[in-house]
Amino acid sequence: MNVLVGLGGSDESIKTLEQTIERTQEIGDELTVAVLEKPESERSQAEMYDTAAALLDDADLEAEIVRLEGDPGSSLVDYAEQGEYDQLVIGGGTLSPMGKIQLGPITEFVLLNAPTTVKLVR
Amino acid sequence: MPGTRTYPTEPSGPFPSPPATFEDREGRLIEVEGVGALSEKRLGDVVEMYVEFDPSDRAQGIPPTGEDRIRSWLESIGEHSVNVLASHGDDVIGHAMLVPDVEDPDAIGANDDVEWELAIFVVQAYQRAGIGTELLEHLLGYANGIDIERVWLTVERWNHPAIALYERVGFETTGSESFEQEMAIRLGES
Repeated sequence: MNVLVGLGGSDESIKTLEQTIERTQEIGDELTVAVLEKPESERSQAEMYDTAAALLDDADLEAEIVRLEGDPGSSLVDYAEQGEYDQLVIGGGTLSPMGKIQLGPITEFVLLNAPTTVKLVR
Repeated sequence: MPGTRTYPTEPSGPFPSPPATFEDREGRLIEVEGVGALSEKRLGDVVEMYVEFDPSDRAQGIPPTGEDRIRSWLESIGEHSVNVLASHGDDVIGHAMLVPDVEDPDAIGANDDVEWELAIFVVQAYQRAGIGTELLEHLLGYANGIDIERVWLTVERWNHPAIALYERVGFETTGSESFEQEMAIRLGES
């Protein structure tokens, strides 16, 4: 399967990538990592790119990493549409102090607009 | 995300403070009490309530199901939470709470320095009897009494009865760009 994972710059993104790497290795999927432009997040796009490269390296996994500029939800869906991807993977929500699962606007945009199957990682 | 929400400029209130006793629309005598953080005994009563709770009324993953998961959920938020309970006889049948929106709850200086997330649940057999409104108003009255000023919540966009209830007491919508609608209220004497 051809898998595209979209990453912002949060801890949730790191977890999403770690789980996706693990899954990719078990299954033997082809993986592409898209690092999104999200100026308000904890890590800059450049930092996230380096972190993703290091995680892939540690796992000894060959995967293309791309930087996508512009609105994160729409650039990710565009990129997925142009490639031959079977599945799009994104973070699946954060927890509020109360423990409520919260899905952000990017997640909603991707779910409603992606042409492929979308996987939310918790 | 702490500190990023907008709150109504005008405070809402005053709200009634617990304890209180009232008759619901089914003629049942309901007691409302404010308990601050949950003691071991009260925690047990609330766990029992959630064990009875119909999971089809869960919201955004809470309450969890199964006694162990319910207990660990309440324990994880319990120590610094503010709780108001509605009881019928010996049974807790409604629970409203506030949880501080901070990384380290031990470091809270004053209650009005932080924002508080609200949630409220009433077991199915007691819904549509006016208990949710009473619980909500008494929680806000109790909160105002301990200097809590800013309260927010999220509600599923399609849950119109709940949104109407929150608007009635003074919550305003602050964000609805996602699946959940965010609402906020400022407490104080208006």
